[in-house]
Amino acid sequence: MAQIETELQLLKTEAVNMWTLVNSQLSKAQQAFLTFDKDLAREVVLKEKRVNGNELKIDRDCENIFALFCPVAIDLRFLLAILKINNNLERIGDYAEGIAKYIIDAEAPFSDEMLKMTSILPMYEEAVNMLEDTQTAFEKEDTILARRVFKKDDLLDDVNKKAHHVLEVHLTAHPEDASQALWLLSIIRRLERVGDQTKNIAEEIIFYLEAKVLKHRNKFV
Amino acid sequence: MESTIIKSRNFNASFGSNHVVRNVNIDIPRNQIVAVMGPSGCGKTTYLRCINRMHELIPGATSEGEMLLNDEDVYKMHPIFVRLKIGMVFQRPNPFPNLSIYDNVIAGYKLNGIKLPKAERDRIVEHSLTRVALWSEVRDSLNKKGSFLSGGQQQRLCIARAVAMEPEVILFDEPTSALDPISTSTVEELFHELKANYTLIVVTHNMQQAARVSDKTAFFFLGELVEYDETRTMFTNPKDNRTQNYITGRFS
Repeated sequence: MAQIETELQLLKTEAVNMWTLVNSQLSKAQQAFLTFDKDLAREVVLKEKRVNGNELKIDRDCENIFALFCPVAIDLRFLLAILKINNNLERIGDYAEGIAKYIIDAEAPFSDEMLKMTSILPMYEEAVNMLEDTQTAFEKEDTILARRVFKKDDLLDDVNKKAHHVLEVHLTAHPEDASQALWLLSIIRRLERVGDQTKNIAEEIIFYLEAKVLKHRNKFV
Repeated sequence: MESTIIKSRNFNASFGSNHVVRNVNIDIPRNQIVAVMGPSGCGKTTYLRCINRMHELIPGATSEGEMLLNDEDVYKMHPIFVRLKIGMVFQRPNPFPNLSIYDNVIAGYKLNGIKLPKAERDRIVEHSLTRVALWSEVRDSLNKKGSFLSGGQQQRLCIARAVAMEPEVILFDEPTSALDPISTSTVEELFHELKANYTLIVVTHNMQQAARVSDKTAFFFLGELVEYDETRTMFTNPKDNRTQNYITGRFS
């Protein structure tokens, strides 16, 4: 096996580990949100340092491979994709940390009624699924699965778009829920960003495997 | 619109029964740099030597198919005329060791019995050495032997010798493989200068060099032209798996 293949294989393993860690961060923040578990939320905040450390390590490894092996063709696309995916994953880690911090700061569990009316729970579920799908697509080099992610993002966008109005109507009748409504809206905004970052990741997987640039294009043509 | 200067159609070359270039079809655009790469024994140098009819100088070497220069079959022209139109620079710098720098540059005229007035010879020497960025380095030592120069300077002298004949195409057979990185870089910069006036075809083992200097790249394997495309495309998204395996170092 050529040395560059060994290096790229190691990098792929590191990227998968980063994916698993970020996915775990997002899922734990979800669990903490559902059960109002402040300890679990604190764990997410503590582990964010590990996400940052992994990001730096992957960046450094990419830099070394560029400098030492002058990659071309699929190797070059792989490295460029990893650099961007790494950045996207780190941002998703930040959003998970942000959600965990809200839970730590919140005074009481979120009301079931508000959770239901905003559809934040299915939104969160879909965000986690999307990220899992990109990981599987990357590991199995499956661009069909990567493409499915674009469609899944519709739900996240839809919930995000409606949330403002739904909460506005609710607050007219229940102004005492203002604080909770603001927390929820912030979490929804973060989940919508998770969806965008995950879509970027799916684009990078397709770029690496098919050499097609989908950025700023209609994904369903 | 780019025009084609060299065109090969169903071109084959052999050494006796050894069929080394197989059915090559290629269009070389004028005033561009085309890199030819491939593993050892793939036929790239043989193909290069067929372009200016050097191949036929080897006993037992044969070729068939069309090799056109400006739509004229080079195999129907006089070989000396072909080599005036299509110059060549080899792997190792090979200035004539007993000739001065000045005489090396105009060696092509002397060897072909072309007599020129002194003023014209002076003009050609200065012009050719300037073209290869050697004039300022040797203008005060034109009467010294060519072998007095460094390896990189000698190779530029050989390029000046080719340029002096005002060819349309210059073939380079691994022109920097015997040079250090600084001389290599000087020759590569020179390629970009020369491209304005000549078409360059460069056989190279150095893939990064192909990527750096050429506009188009051809990949040969087992005598066949596997892929020929814009260099940018070849090094980012090659179409053939054999090309991808070769340029990413996964060739077995």
